[in-house]
Amino acid sequence: MSKKKNKDKKDRKKDLTIHFMPYSEIANASTIERIKKIMGLILDNKIIILQGKLKPEEEVRLIENSMTLIGNIEGFQGIEIAAISGKESENLGLFNKVRYNIARILVGEQDAITIIGPASVVKEITRDPKKIELMLSRK
Amino acid sequence: MIKIIKNFAQRVFSGLFKKKGEIKLGFYGSPNAGKTSLANKICQDWIGEDLGVVSNMPHETRKIQIKEKVVIERNGKRLEFKLIDTPGIATKVDFEDFLKFGLSKKEAQSRAKEATQGIIESIKWLDDVDAVIVLIDSTLNPYSQVNITIIGNLVARKIPVLIVANKIDLKKADIKKVQGAFPEYTVVGISAKNGENIEEFYEELFKLVKKAR
Repeated sequence: MSKKKNKDKKDRKKDLTIHFMPYSEIANASTIERIKKIMGLILDNKIIILQGKLKPEEEVRLIENSMTLIGNIEGFQGIEIAAISGKESENLGLFNKVRYNIARILVGEQDAITIIGPASVVKEITRDPKKIELMLSRK
Repeated sequence: MIKIIKNFAQRVFSGLFKKKGEIKLGFYGSPNAGKTSLANKICQDWIGEDLGVVSNMPHETRKIQIKEKVVIERNGKRLEFKLIDTPGIATKVDFEDFLKFGLSKKEAQSRAKEATQGIIESIKWLDDVDAVIVLIDSTLNPYSQVNITIIGNLVARKIPVLIVANKIDLKKADIKKVQGAFPEYTVVGISAKNGENIEEFYEELFKLVKKAR
């Protein structure tokens, strides 16, 4: 029985898990809570698809946090991250830009998608204005 | 409450008595974008010496490098700033990448450790610069999250930014793609290596530092 459990655990390690995180899951969380939540999933070798976008200061904290873990957690090489927005506010007219920014303040950037994954699993994420390509590691 | 008042007073007074010439000009970007090459070009042009070592191996600069007093004089105008060359910011560091450059496992691990510390140091300095030049390798995809994160953080801190699309001497360079990725910013295409278009860069540098004052 315990052998089977160990085998399952080993198999699970090799599996690729994609975790969808709706914006509501982080909407009321503080920066520290958001990073803690994301890092927990990353260290569990999961790829996160987050509805919405992190703030620039949160992204930088996430990078900082990752750097402190490299060399301290076996096999951890950092993260890959990319975000893409449904609407780029710079392409809108003035009125729509104001409307878009007000909506952003009220409900957050829910029309954006952010992909975050451990660098040991996600080899590269390339982003063009309207698409994200995810290349997985063969290791 | 006392802390808030103290911070407010500090901001007001440091703003009032900030001397011209105290501008801290940061060089930010991904590893191998050419930050140290451009810093060296500026230092060579105006001081006659290099600031740091340049190589093809990523994370060559792993510690903040500072040149205290750089003075540029052009068309009767004078510009004085402290030049801060930062280690390249990356979201991942794998020691195995350094093995390809002939380093031993131990050397590669040590370099990786220093690189991660350098990235943390670069991020900390974001709170301490007055104006920033973001270097982007114009032969690569400019939509990398590192570029977006750096610029996003500078905007959030209200720090003036000049984007420099480097390596325009290379065939694969695409300055229009860099301009397309950051349409709200001034983008200057240069080759830090051979000095191509450096005059236009100096023009924009004057405008950038003026915004920071």
